Amino acid sequence: MLTYTLRRLLIAIPTLLFISLVIFMILELAPGDPLADQPLTVPPEVREKMRAALGLDQPAWVRYLLWLKQFFWTEPLHTLDGWFGTSFSEGGQRIVSWQFRSPAMDVIWQRMPQTLWVVGLAYLVGVIIAIPIGIISAYRQYSWFDQIGTFVSMIGFSVPTFFTGVVLIIVFAVKLQWFPSIYDTTLKVTDAASFWKQVKQMIMPVTVLALFNASQISRFMRASMLDNLGQDYVRTARAKGMSEKVVVLKHVLRNSLIPVVTVIALGIPTIFGGAIITEQVFKVNGLGQLLITAIYANDLPMVQTLTFIFAALTVLFNLIADILYGVLDPRIRYD
Amino acid sequence: MTDLAAQKVDQALKPPRNQWWDVWDQFKTHKGALVGLFILAAILLAVTIGPWIWSIDPTYVDIRARNQGPSGAHPFGTDQLGRDLLARLMAGGKVSIAVGLTAMLLSLFLGTLIGVVAGFFKRAEGLLMGLTDLFLSLPLLPLLLLMVTLFREPLSQRFGPETGIFFLIVFAIGVTSWMQTARIVRGEVLALKEREYVLAARSIGTPSRRMVLRHILPNVMSPIMVSATLGIANAIITESALSFLGLGFPPDFPTWGRILFDAVDQMQLYPIRVILPGVAISLTVLSVNYIGDGLRDALDPRIRGR
Repeated sequence: MLTYTLRRLLIAIPTLLFISLVIFMILELAPGDPLADQPLTVPPEVREKMRAALGLDQPAWVRYLLWLKQFFWTEPLHTLDGWFGTSFSEGGQRIVSWQFRSPAMDVIWQRMPQTLWVVGLAYLVGVIIAIPIGIISAYRQYSWFDQIGTFVSMIGFSVPTFFTGVVLIIVFAVKLQWFPSIYDTTLKVTDAASFWKQVKQMIMPVTVLALFNASQISRFMRASMLDNLGQDYVRTARAKGMSEKVVVLKHVLRNSLIPVVTVIALGIPTIFGGAIITEQVFKVNGLGQLLITAIYANDLPMVQTLTFIFAALTVLFNLIADILYGVLDPRIRYD
Repeated sequence: MTDLAAQKVDQALKPPRNQWWDVWDQFKTHKGALVGLFILAAILLAVTIGPWIWSIDPTYVDIRARNQGPSGAHPFGTDQLGRDLLARLMAGGKVSIAVGLTAMLLSLFLGTLIGVVAGFFKRAEGLLMGLTDLFLSLPLLPLLLLMVTLFREPLSQRFGPETGIFFLIVFAIGVTSWMQTARIVRGEVLALKEREYVLAARSIGTPSRRMVLRHILPNVMSPIMVSATLGIANAIITESALSFLGLGFPPDFPTWGRILFDAVDQMQLYPIRVILPGVAISLTVLSVNYIGDGLRDALDPRIRGR
């Protein structure tokens, strides 16, 4: 297991390097001038100087290597400095966002809490709802509970999140006026009233994402439970006279959770992608919204850094899912 | 005894039956799939034949008739520029479904090609499956956004705004969604390759190309068909999501996602304009997903005939 993990970690390094190169190449091949929104009255020689200040006069490979050095060397050192008050990164040039004129990682750290709160909570709620629904649906297959559950999960999985979001806004924010339609990120939670306000503004985005996640996970859970309920070991357990509760919740559930746990792990990075749309609907200024504004503003360092972070998360959680599978299921041996 | 014999004779006398009839018989027992098929057929009819019956131009601007509610002249009302919503929904559906179908075909073609080659030719396996894993670990939605934003200008200049962006979106969705198909097809091919009939075919000297086309491909049709339905649903959702973010087709070119996006600004006053395209997208995707479910059951020989 350890050698397998180490081997996978080693493979992840060239994969990530390659992905960062692909992202860089896409950005490089694309037309679009970061100085396009500067006024036309700027004389050409000043324009040249501005390009040089952004580092655009360098050849592409120099800029790529510089980005690699900044991302993998200067930024971690800077984080260390922030933690321990050292000065390792002194003189090192950080990745600077062109639209904010400030280090890209600082902006990302500012936006991270909103995304983690909304998206993370939604994922958690989704998992908590989905697992019991999947268990009951499978245990009472074709009952009315199962019929309704599969129908609702089919709807949750087919209706795009931007539409559920907009419908919720129309019903609960416009007609009933229960919740605000726009997420206020400047809100500081200091007392009970502001906490309640925060809860109220989080309900709708969390519901939208949780519904989508729950419908996917409950489908997996149901299928996996059904697979296991028909196995011989279940009959053996029942024949031994074990109570139904022990059979279902101990024997079957544990085995059925193995594929579901990996699906949950695999879903964590894709959730950041799904959140791009939900953040746009509810105007949450998290990472997804940051990516979209950066794409619009031609802010190449920011786009490169954010996309690469998304990629790194995907690679990391793929790895975690594979390792979890090996840890949880003793029939699977990687070595 | 005589009954049994008679039955046997009866069975022997029955003309041989195509296996697709068995599939259809099983498919019919899945109620959701039947309803889905019916709704999808209705939507397809409305989108293809509808514009001939309801012949208002979806881009015709009648500024005096803007923001109207449902009436005889405009059954679904008009938008902020006085364009007829019913006509726009039909035109938009045509584009959305066309994008879904073409992107699905592209992703199926790529997935099947890579899956069959990786499964059948051992030398290519490592490289192609590595490529598949690499694509699976890309952050797809951010990359899709990137591709569509960065390349829309040059492509719309070269091919005209509509065709250029159509190609771009179909290409972007196609190249980011073939991986699941490739994995499933490769798994099936690996299993099929060890079967006796393949060995028999090889022993009479069948060349690889014919082996793949005659013996392997027809037998991996079922998983391919199931991933085709999922692919359409995925492509329609992705296209409308791109349009919703304002990165899809140009404003004067309606698609369901675009109509929804245009209506969001005024959703407090005219919620019906948001609901209608959203319902259209959701119904289409829902019925396609149900058809996929039914197909999966119908094509599974372990379930069929029980």
